[in-house]
Amino acid sequence: MKVLLNGIIKENPTFVLLLGMCPTLGTTSSAINGLSMGLATMAVLIFSNLIISLIKNLIPDMVRIPSFIVVIASLVTILQMLIKAYAPEVDKSLGLFIPLIVVNCIILGRAEAFAAKNGVVSSICDGIGMGIGFTIALTLLGAVRELLGTGKVFDTMLFPEEYGALVFVLAPGAFIALGYLIAIINKIKNA
Amino acid sequence: MAYILIFITAIFVNNIVLSQFLGICPFLGVSKKVDSALGMGAAVAFVLTLATIVTYLIQIYVLNAFGLEYLQTIAFILVIAALVQMVEIILKKSAPALYQALGVFLPLITTNCCILGVAILVANGTYATQGLEPNLLTGVVFAISTAIGFALALVVFAGIREQLAMMDVPKGMQGMSIALVTAGLLAMAFMGFSGVDNGLKTLFGL
Repeated sequence: MKVLLNGIIKENPTFVLLLGMCPTLGTTSSAINGLSMGLATMAVLIFSNLIISLIKNLIPDMVRIPSFIVVIASLVTILQMLIKAYAPEVDKSLGLFIPLIVVNCIILGRAEAFAAKNGVVSSICDGIGMGIGFTIALTLLGAVRELLGTGKVFDTMLFPEEYGALVFVLAPGAFIALGYLIAIINKIKNA
Repeated sequence: MAYILIFITAIFVNNIVLSQFLGICPFLGVSKKVDSALGMGAAVAFVLTLATIVTYLIQIYVLNAFGLEYLQTIAFILVIAALVQMVEIILKKSAPALYQALGVFLPLITTNCCILGVAILVANGTYATQGLEPNLLTGVVFAISTAIGFALALVVFAGIREQLAMMDVPKGMQGMSIALVTAGLLAMAFMGFSGVDNGLKTLFGL
């Protein structure tokens, strides 16, 4: 339980550790995109933590990192095929960022820092916690950008679209929204 | 002329960092000093060009030829990791001065998503939206231009952050928060280039 909460709040991968910034900024043009990217990353994270904690004693120390990368890349390929088959519209909106889950620093980082040193159960918990933390962060950022940009959250109209600032859906808004979110979270943490 | 169009578009209009969101980690991580930003930019340019050529050839002559397209992600990441390792070994022996300059940044490049991202874009031919034939030459021009765009964004951002270090920033905004807002303003400045690609297209009669 402690491990689980650790990933969500104390070591939130996006707001505190600042890992995996590319998908964080690139896929959060709307809340639903952020949510689907978060869930996709969480799935890979849980299974990579599971597999790596199972095989950690079989891998020689020297080829540790390449072996981790192969495990992660295989999982991402499986996920990519599943998404293409069952959720083609998600595949369309996330596009290039699905194969790029391979190079997401969160996954390799947790494999190296946690799964390679801990047992199976706590590694799965860590994967779930980190995954939920990442998903919450992405959904939050996506919702903020969608609300400020178009006046909607999850396609529910909150104020008319004419009052939205389109820049928040575009590239600069991603940086600025995340910058202010981090500032707010720093404030809450220190209060 | 088409090559000039790819060049300008990849550097300014569709800047890899500021409008495509690839390679954000080194963009935020290695941008505190202009010197290290230059080193990182050079290392990325070198590996990106090499990796694009190798992965493109693998895609055409191995993956497509044997119907193994689904292995793309695994194959590419292994090629990139091996390539980075090889470049490191070769540079260490043959060009120690360059190795000293790039040294720290080379191992970091494996997990730089702009390398894998550009390799996939070139191999799938999706970069050639300007009605250009996707082939090895345009792919390489695209890779080099992208790398220059990355280096440009990195160096400009590092210059701004050097100035920022001397400023009196509100307490809660210090560190990454102000850096991200700055990056947002820089991205907004680059948005000023949007539409330039269409203008050039008309100018060159493409």
